[in-house]
Amino acid sequence: MALYNAMELMICVASRLLEDGATVAVGTGGPCAAAMLAQKTHAPNLYIMFEAGGMAPQLPAMPISVGDSRTFYRGLIASGMCDVMEACQRGAVDYAFLGGAQIDAFGNLNSTVIGDHAHPKVRFPGSGGANDFASFCWRTLVMTRHDARRFVERVDFLTSPGFLTGPGAREKAGLPPDTGPYRVITNLAVMGFDAGTKRMQVESLHPGVSFDQVQENTGFEMAMVDRAGITDPPEDTELRILREQVDPQHYLIGRE
Amino acid sequence: MNRSGHGPLFSDPDPDSARAFFRKKKVALTDKVMSVSEAVTRFVKDGDYLGSGGFGTNRIATAALHEIVRQKKRNLGFAGHTTTHDFQILAAGNRQGEHLLARVDAAYIVGLEARGLSPQARRVMQSGEVEVCEWTNYALACRLQAAAMGVPFLPVRSMLGTDTFEHSAAREIDCPFTGKKMMAVPALFPDVSVIHVHESDCYGNCRIFGITMADLELARASKRVIITAEKIVTADAIRERPWDTAIPSFCVDAVCEVPYGSFPGNMPGAYFSDELHLRAWMTAEQDDAAYEVFLQKYVLGVSGFEEYLARCGGPERIAALRTEELLDGGDGGTV
Repeated sequence: MALYNAMELMICVASRLLEDGATVAVGTGGPCAAAMLAQKTHAPNLYIMFEAGGMAPQLPAMPISVGDSRTFYRGLIASGMCDVMEACQRGAVDYAFLGGAQIDAFGNLNSTVIGDHAHPKVRFPGSGGANDFASFCWRTLVMTRHDARRFVERVDFLTSPGFLTGPGAREKAGLPPDTGPYRVITNLAVMGFDAGTKRMQVESLHPGVSFDQVQENTGFEMAMVDRAGITDPPEDTELRILREQVDPQHYLIGRE
Repeated sequence: MNRSGHGPLFSDPDPDSARAFFRKKKVALTDKVMSVSEAVTRFVKDGDYLGSGGFGTNRIATAALHEIVRQKKRNLGFAGHTTTHDFQILAAGNRQGEHLLARVDAAYIVGLEARGLSPQARRVMQSGEVEVCEWTNYALACRLQAAAMGVPFLPVRSMLGTDTFEHSAAREIDCPFTGKKMMAVPALFPDVSVIHVHESDCYGNCRIFGITMADLELARASKRVIITAEKIVTADAIRERPWDTAIPSFCVDAVCEVPYGSFPGNMPGAYFSDELHLRAWMTAEQDDAAYEVFLQKYVLGVSGFEEYLARCGGPERIAALRTEELLDGGDGGTV
């Protein structure tokens, strides 16, 4: 069996969610790596979009920034932010793929502040393009580390919309219908959302992880689908491509 | 019931005030070539609202940003649209009780994407000394687009239902045609913006090779524009391919030739970002004394961008970054 670390596992699992031919708007870091891995394995025709205007690149190396020149290397169009965001807003983009942040049971994300907004304990970057992507794209994927500090009952600041306060809340707020969080990929499990309650639930546990362990690392009551499976571990090919081609400098996967 | 965000609106969205300004702005083709220091002295005033082109560590106007810090500009408003290293540079103006940044429209600030968070930029934003209004990258881009269009607002379908909206100055509106709820974002006319491009003629007709981020909108929305260019080309060269002009001269007030001007940021087709320098900057920020020494060496105690570049390794370092950018090591670049 291949040996891998938590970040490698997350990236491999996340990449499998992106099917060939889909359109995906990716955020910085892990999502970028997952999209690139997908492109180099099962999804050569994945149409990757970056918020700064890069579209459909044949990624030669993992972009360090979602606005660097890798994001349109051998791309099909080098455009601008409004063009990318407006493709999302008019319904042309399947997936938004966002990175680490505080997250709650409804999939709402905080990347703005911890504590009071005027005098924050910790200031984070803010929405960037995350709120836009999470508002516009049909399905939002989130990749983040799993601990009780990040998985909270209520986010300190609701930066980007998940299902907000529950069923019907997105539509009531005026967000485009039929959109919202779809999967959350962590180092412990893959979560989805209950169709009725819109609350997070475990879809599959990573090899060697128990539900109790997930619950211990979650600050809200986690549910589990009836037939929760075990996540397929990374394959040798995936790991090799990830390590040799996607992140050879170990910007992401070296952080263990 | 339609609701309003509670954040402060730092600039006037009235398109007629803007029209009065643009009416007086000269469109004639005059030679605008000058030094960065002269451009910043003449066109960036204390109290101004500033916009920064590019995307944080990509095609940024480093020379102009350093000069703004060196000239100790005060009390600026700032469009924090995809700002990473550019924000980090400006945050150096808020040391030791000084206030370069006073008001920030925040869509993306204090972070450098996968590289982590800037300790000093965070300190500035956590101190309470800077007024902040929240936006998203697209919302800020649309605010610039509204200004560029000469209309007071644009509708967008993001921010709805979130605290980002609560802490913004946006307003919910009902669409007059469909009745659907939209977010109205107010036009943003920056007083001045600094934008780095690949080529410009002496009048300010600019070419950008690669993605344009929100710079087409920023240049048109801004009352004054300082261009730094890798290279100044002839107006005849521009006239040969006018379809390649990204920014027209009538938007531009100053043109400064600054080769490698996006360093330590990436310049598409020319050089990649200097990750070692960016890391050194971030490391120095962890200690106040080390930060002062670092800033003296690279920003405050240098005469200008050329000296900065020399202190960062000069032509040898640039050559290495060029190889990294071009990947194959061949001459596939555009500059």
